[in-house]
Amino acid sequence: MQSQATYNYKVVRQFAIMTVVWGIVGMLVGVIVAAQLIWPELNVLEFLQYGRLRPLHTNAVIFAFGGCALFATSFYSVQRTCHTKLFAPGLASFVFWLWQLIIVCAALSLPLGFTVGKEYAELEWPIKIMIAVAWVSYAIVFFGTIAIRKVSHIYVSNWFFGAMIIAVALLHITNSAVVPVSLTTLKSYPVYAGVQDAMVQWWYGHNAVGFFLTAGFLGMMYYFVPKQADRPVYSYRLSVVHFWALIFTYMWAGPHHLHYTALPDWAQSLGMLFSLILLAPSWGGMINGIMTLSGAWHKLRTDPILKFLVTSLSFYGMSTFEGPMMSVKSVNALSHYTDWTIGHVHSGALGWVAMVSIGSLYYLLPRLYGKTEMYSTKLINTHFWVATIGIVLYVASMWISGVFEGLMWRSTHTDGTLMYSFIESVKMKYPYYMIRLLGGVLFLVGMLIMFYNMIKTIAGEKAYNAPVVAPAAAHA
Amino acid sequence: MDISTLRIIVMVMTVLCFGCLCYWAFSKHTKARFDEAAQLPLTDDDLPASPVDRKE
Repeated sequence: MQSQATYNYKVVRQFAIMTVVWGIVGMLVGVIVAAQLIWPELNVLEFLQYGRLRPLHTNAVIFAFGGCALFATSFYSVQRTCHTKLFAPGLASFVFWLWQLIIVCAALSLPLGFTVGKEYAELEWPIKIMIAVAWVSYAIVFFGTIAIRKVSHIYVSNWFFGAMIIAVALLHITNSAVVPVSLTTLKSYPVYAGVQDAMVQWWYGHNAVGFFLTAGFLGMMYYFVPKQADRPVYSYRLSVVHFWALIFTYMWAGPHHLHYTALPDWAQSLGMLFSLILLAPSWGGMINGIMTLSGAWHKLRTDPILKFLVTSLSFYGMSTFEGPMMSVKSVNALSHYTDWTIGHVHSGALGWVAMVSIGSLYYLLPRLYGKTEMYSTKLINTHFWVATIGIVLYVASMWISGVFEGLMWRSTHTDGTLMYSFIESVKMKYPYYMIRLLGGVLFLVGMLIMFYNMIKTIAGEKAYNAPVVAPAAAHA
Repeated sequence: MDISTLRIIVMVMTVLCFGCLCYWAFSKHTKARFDEAAQLPLTDDDLPASPVDRKE
């Protein structure tokens, strides 16, 4: 056998393993903050207060767990669909190490109390600069690989990953425009003021959902669902329209986070309208993914990886129906600031983002070590059921608690005075908080099962780099 | 030109642009190309050979 060029699997391996590790860390912090809401005595030490740990939880699960999953899957699928090694593998390695450093800096600085105070963008300016450097390097590696591809067509998953990379760079850099005022306290202030600042923040915030947590993971879906089902995507033409429709509409939906605030009414209505329009591309994509299995439904019975992927699409469909509904101003009047929002976010984050990542990782891990399957398929199945039950408990309890909360807050006596004090609405939530905690613990247990399965799969195995495959004649 | 007129023009252009795109994506002309593109991940076998075959 002659020596052959091989794909760069090393960086994929690194990111894949760290996805599981950071997933466990981030979800553990989530479980801790859920417990703190039930038992306030758990707020020990100022560094471990709810207010310090909550942003740590969101940053860890979104950018450490979700981010590593995106890096791993995009670096894998871009090489395979372009039939070429990574462009600048040294830079890809740099992205890995810098990203891990950023995560460690976040894990230290947030509990220490350094924060900008903007949701999902809490990290102070030195870390923001590191993120920008890492992201631009990622863009160079990704688009460089596409530029040296050996096939003429750019596969649809690469379009989604590419859109994610460009949009996140734009969002992060715009929302990070701050004036640093101190080197010792790392304090900085945004260059925007008042309602403009709020609008920039939620333009960022909603598109972090739209591009980081949606477009990126749709890229994952368009590669790993067809691969695992061994069937081409249901309609490639629909995927093209899906892509452009999503790109055209997502950018405008941000104002729905600022209903009934100082933001001008017309901007709120615009945000609501575009959120409603978003239902169309979201469901187009969801149907496209699920219908990829048409004619192969029987595989669902035996293949737990496919169960993860299809369930993730179902949750994607549910949360992208719920989202537009919650953006309607009259519904938002009930749901905003309540647990309903938390339920919605986790239906998307656990149901969609985590499930599609976990399914893709189970596909990926054995291949990165020259194996054809995970150590235990049975454990994947166990993981699937534990995680699914966990999500259902989490989301259902938060829905009920949220609707109750919203109804109690708006109830008034005939003379206009409030029917319930705030603390009464807090007391009402205790049983639901317990159910939510149980759901979160179950999801975390699922991740621990995955960790065990991963270690058993890769222990003692040599790292494997597959030879670069020449494209099939038709594609060249 | 009034800013509102400009906004209306951009809005109409964007909608037209999207309409054309849908027409293009579903036209007969692109069918063969897209059917072929859909096969891209599937014609690439990424399953490692069994360990025995891999020994060099």
